[in-house]
Amino acid sequence: MSQKIQLALSQMQAGQTGTVIQILGGRGLIRRLDALGIRPGKKVTKTSSTLFHGPVTLRTNQTQVAIGFGMANRILVEIDTST
Amino acid sequence: MKILLMGNPNVGKSVIFSRLTGTRTIASNYPGTTVEFIKGSLKLGQEQAEIIDVPGTYTLEPTSKAEEVAAEMLNEGDLIINVVDATNLERNLNLTLQLLGRQAPVIIALNMWDDTHHRGINIDTVKLEELLGVPVIPTVGVTGQGIRELVRRLPEAATPQATYASSNERWAKIGDIVSQVQSLSHRHHTWRDVLEDLSNHPAGGAVFAVLVLAATFFVIRFIGEGIINYVGDPLFNWLWTPLLMKLSLALGSGGFWHDILIGKLINGEIDYLQSFGLLSTGIYIPLAVVLPYIVAFYFVLGILEDVGYLPRLAVLMDTLLHRLGLHGYAIIPTILGFGCNVPAVMATRILESRRERFIAATLISIGIPCAALQAMIIGLVGQQGMQYVAIVYGSLFASWIIIGLILNRAVKGFSPELIMEIPPYRFPPWRIVGEKLWLRVFSFIKEALPIVLGTVLVVNILYMLGVFDFIANIAFPILTVLLGLPKETVVALSIGFLRKDVAVGMLAPLALTAKQLVISTTVLAMVFPCMATFVILARELGARDTLKATGIMIAAALIVGGLQNLIL
Repeated sequence: MSQKIQLALSQMQAGQTGTVIQILGGRGLIRRLDALGIRPGKKVTKTSSTLFHGPVTLRTNQTQVAIGFGMANRILVEIDTST
Repeated sequence: MKILLMGNPNVGKSVIFSRLTGTRTIASNYPGTTVEFIKGSLKLGQEQAEIIDVPGTYTLEPTSKAEEVAAEMLNEGDLIINVVDATNLERNLNLTLQLLGRQAPVIIALNMWDDTHHRGINIDTVKLEELLGVPVIPTVGVTGQGIRELVRRLPEAATPQATYASSNERWAKIGDIVSQVQSLSHRHHTWRDVLEDLSNHPAGGAVFAVLVLAATFFVIRFIGEGIINYVGDPLFNWLWTPLLMKLSLALGSGGFWHDILIGKLINGEIDYLQSFGLLSTGIYIPLAVVLPYIVAFYFVLGILEDVGYLPRLAVLMDTLLHRLGLHGYAIIPTILGFGCNVPAVMATRILESRRERFIAATLISIGIPCAALQAMIIGLVGQQGMQYVAIVYGSLFASWIIIGLILNRAVKGFSPELIMEIPPYRFPPWRIVGEKLWLRVFSFIKEALPIVLGTVLVVNILYMLGVFDFIANIAFPILTVLLGLPKETVVALSIGFLRKDVAVGMLAPLALTAKQLVISTTVLAMVFPCMATFVILARELGARDTLKATGIMIAAALIVGGLQNLIL
């Protein structure tokens, strides 16, 4: 059975993979994430988070990117938990 | 003809640049090594072409100062060599497609080609060439593979003039290209993945960082002391001292030239820290005390840079640095500052906002002692016991944090969030580590040695003219009342503006107590940057902000020195 959950990138567990569905931010943020290859439709894997709401690292294709917690909060991701 | 080397950050432009031009440049494994464009030349048949290493950029719509430089440079180029990271085709092609829409012809160097094999990436370069409409040459900058081919095919560079209405359309095109030329096969779990997992783990990463920094400190100390004890000191004591003693006799053991060249004899002998002549202290400080630590520091830094550890440290330090009004990436200029504050202040360009650059540059000038100063502090204060050295470092670190906390509140604006690419771990290419070390050590010898000699000369002349007595009498109240230092130390403190290592050397003959040494070296480290750093600060921050920063430094130094005087 397929079950899809939407959550912010910051709420994902390390190791989980999801698809970016929306970036809640201004043009500047969208453009900078876009330059690094993070945009709606992309599959991203969260690789780690740091303590005290520090940056979140994620992987898209072959790139590993670190972004601030606040930004990670504004990236909506859909996770497919079908088994 | 002007040829621009352009590409995403950390794809190896600087390595290819040195391959093409034979010019040595600093290349490291983190985005933003090159913050200023660097020029070189290449002979193309009869013609001499100018090659420019442009700072890396992800897009032609700039988001940082370094990227602005890149976008501006684009208008001047006659030909563009677009360096593309073969292991990261999709993201790199975003810039490529933007470049293909411009006037200048483009040729692509598909770099890090060797890395694609062990990462299980297969790229059909013929097909890629066909789809893009420009030549694509696989290269390995580090070994030089493909560079000759790249030069041979430069004339084939083409201008497809393909433009896309929106970024979505461009990404769609990229997706289409990548799916046609690239196939992925299974890859093995390697040592890099293990290391990556460990240093990414929230708690494990912190432990790992502490281990790395502790190891760094011990290795630097080990190499530095090793060179001093087994190379520098023996050479000076066995070869140089006898020569100087002969010269001293020939000059009649005194007089004007003797004082300038050899300095004062202490108990009939040359004392390299106290004599203060050009040929004694003037070359002993830079070559026998400072140089060993410069070599040790830059050797270890080069390895850390090329392995790719620094960006991980940036992620880890981000939360702390945000409290100081910076973000994690500021750790890179800060670490460079432990070598020399000049490149450190220049490297603050990788930070996005003016506010961050101001805070980072000010904090580096105040709290980060350069290798030359550190070598002298360890040499002189360390004689009294390492606990005193620890007090100096502790005071500097505490000031760095506290002033950062204050600046974060006092300076208007907010610090943007961290957003950066983390490069993969790489095995350090020894040739690059070696070349970089040589380049940095050579530039220390070339730039610092003349200033040190000049400073020693100036010191001698000012002494003879009695200028120092005059200054000492004016500054007397501040020094004795506030800092508890004898009035002669003002001479050393003011010489700190020229060279801080020489300034610490000037403290040696004053017979200061351990407490006075701690206070004077701490104040010396904080109070104002050396001349070279000052010039760069003025260039990077502008006159007004440099004055502001200097005011903060002087105030902070007097407060911290005064506190030390009360507490110790």
